[in-house]
Amino acid sequence: MTEFPIEMLHRFCPMHAVLDSTGHIVQAGPTLHKVGGSDLDGKRFLEIFEIYRPRSVLSMADLLKAEGRKLHIRLRGGVRTPLKGVLSANGRGGGVINLSFGISVIDAVRDYALTSTDFAPTDLAVEMLYLVEAKSAAMDASRSLNTRLQGAMVAAEKRAFTDTLTGLHNRRAVDQVLDRICRSGQPFSLMHIDLDFFKQVNDTMGHAAGDHVLRCCARAMADTSRKDDTAARVGGDEFVIIYSTLTNRNRLSDLAGHLISRIEQPIPFEDQVCNVSASIGIYCSNGSEQDPARVMEQADVALYAAKRAGRAQYCFFEDQEDRSVTADPSAIAGE
Amino acid sequence: MHGLILKTLQVFVQDTYGPEPWRNIAAHASLDGTEFEAMLNYDEDIFTDVVSSASSVLDKPSDAILEDVGTYLVSHPNCEGLRRLLRFGGVDFIEFLHSLDDLPDRARLAVADLDLPDLELRDHTINQFQLKIDGHLPGFVHVMTGLLRAMADDYGALALLDHSGDGGAGLQMIDITVVENAYAEGRDFELAVSPQMGEAS
Repeated sequence: MTEFPIEMLHRFCPMHAVLDSTGHIVQAGPTLHKVGGSDLDGKRFLEIFEIYRPRSVLSMADLLKAEGRKLHIRLRGGVRTPLKGVLSANGRGGGVINLSFGISVIDAVRDYALTSTDFAPTDLAVEMLYLVEAKSAAMDASRSLNTRLQGAMVAAEKRAFTDTLTGLHNRRAVDQVLDRICRSGQPFSLMHIDLDFFKQVNDTMGHAAGDHVLRCCARAMADTSRKDDTAARVGGDEFVIIYSTLTNRNRLSDLAGHLISRIEQPIPFEDQVCNVSASIGIYCSNGSEQDPARVMEQADVALYAAKRAGRAQYCFFEDQEDRSVTADPSAIAGE
Repeated sequence: MHGLILKTLQVFVQDTYGPEPWRNIAAHASLDGTEFEAMLNYDEDIFTDVVSSASSVLDKPSDAILEDVGTYLVSHPNCEGLRRLLRFGGVDFIEFLHSLDDLPDRARLAVADLDLPDLELRDHTINQFQLKIDGHLPGFVHVMTGLLRAMADDYGALALLDHSGDGGAGLQMIDITVVENAYAEGRDFELAVSPQMGEAS
């Protein structure tokens, strides 16, 4: 084998070691000195470095047998930095082994305070460090954008399901909740609430008074529902409350009666007083109803009956003799 | 235009002049908000509007502002990440200059859709260089001049820079004379990332 001049080895392979036939280090590159300690010369290579793959390399003879193979090496002491290596025999029982950091270069530059000059100019290590830093910076920026976008998305979704005037949910939220609750097959009740005499307030006292009344009524509905229930304004003066898992008639009657009396309390606005009431249609599902549209229709039938019974009433759908859903609720629309 | 460029303008004004001038510039340029997103794209007109608004709000010529942006990118602690990436280019200022040809490709490695103009370094003598900037990116020659000036300081080199105007043509030149490659003690650069680096970048 042609011998390389020492200067050439130092320049091309700053992490090389020249080994003699007994496995002792004759000379080592400047970067290897930084890694393995300055007094490498004359030490036995395998005393300082451990070859952990292939496993059975325990002597210089084993090393020579592994010529040309990729060696997984680590320092026996200190940081135990993992290294990659390859050995070339010199034909006289010795050889040259060249080492590199591989992926551990990121830790190694810190652990041994290495600089660009510790690597051969042709070594890609510095490019790799560059890439790691550039990618982490880009990744950080990307992650922070994602976090902000996620926050914006949650806020937008919340807005999309909120009625801006009253702060209750809106029709879109009702559709979604009803769809989910029908599919889940769990029992629930739905109240369809229509304000009575609201049109008069709006017509005689103006929209500002009307809006104020809607907000007061919305507060009454929010107070009459629990955290897991859904209270929503679904139209001008129409509201829906979905009570999850609650189908007890007495309890629902109490709630409906209480809600009507809350709404009937005179609402002061500027120097006047607004008086409205409410009609409520109630539909109870034991969980067998699968169709959200039918649920709404049946609550409408009950609401229509409540209006017909003289307003300020509540009716259960199951009490209606004429349970046909063909009854035209639009007859009372505009109330 | 890449959001990174507009975001750079934004943080430059905020870090150098404070939040109030930036709000004024954003209002002057009729921006929708006051925040640019580094990872989104914007219309190039927005850049032009922001630069001319900055010029009138800060009462400073656009060219000088852009040159300050270049200096800011290297010297401000908030941009330590970028300074490090640039310092990977070489062990001294002249070696760094020779690495400029690779800069657009290096930038693309980090941010795939960031298109910088082509850079070509011509060496006339051992210490006289000319950087040819070929490609369309408004104001890039000024940012580059500021950046090179700051990098010379960073390496501790003494360099004279002069650019041949921003006539709007695609081709721009920066003349660089390196008077002394190691004139003063440069700033530290270690390959290893210091622990607080992540937050600064």
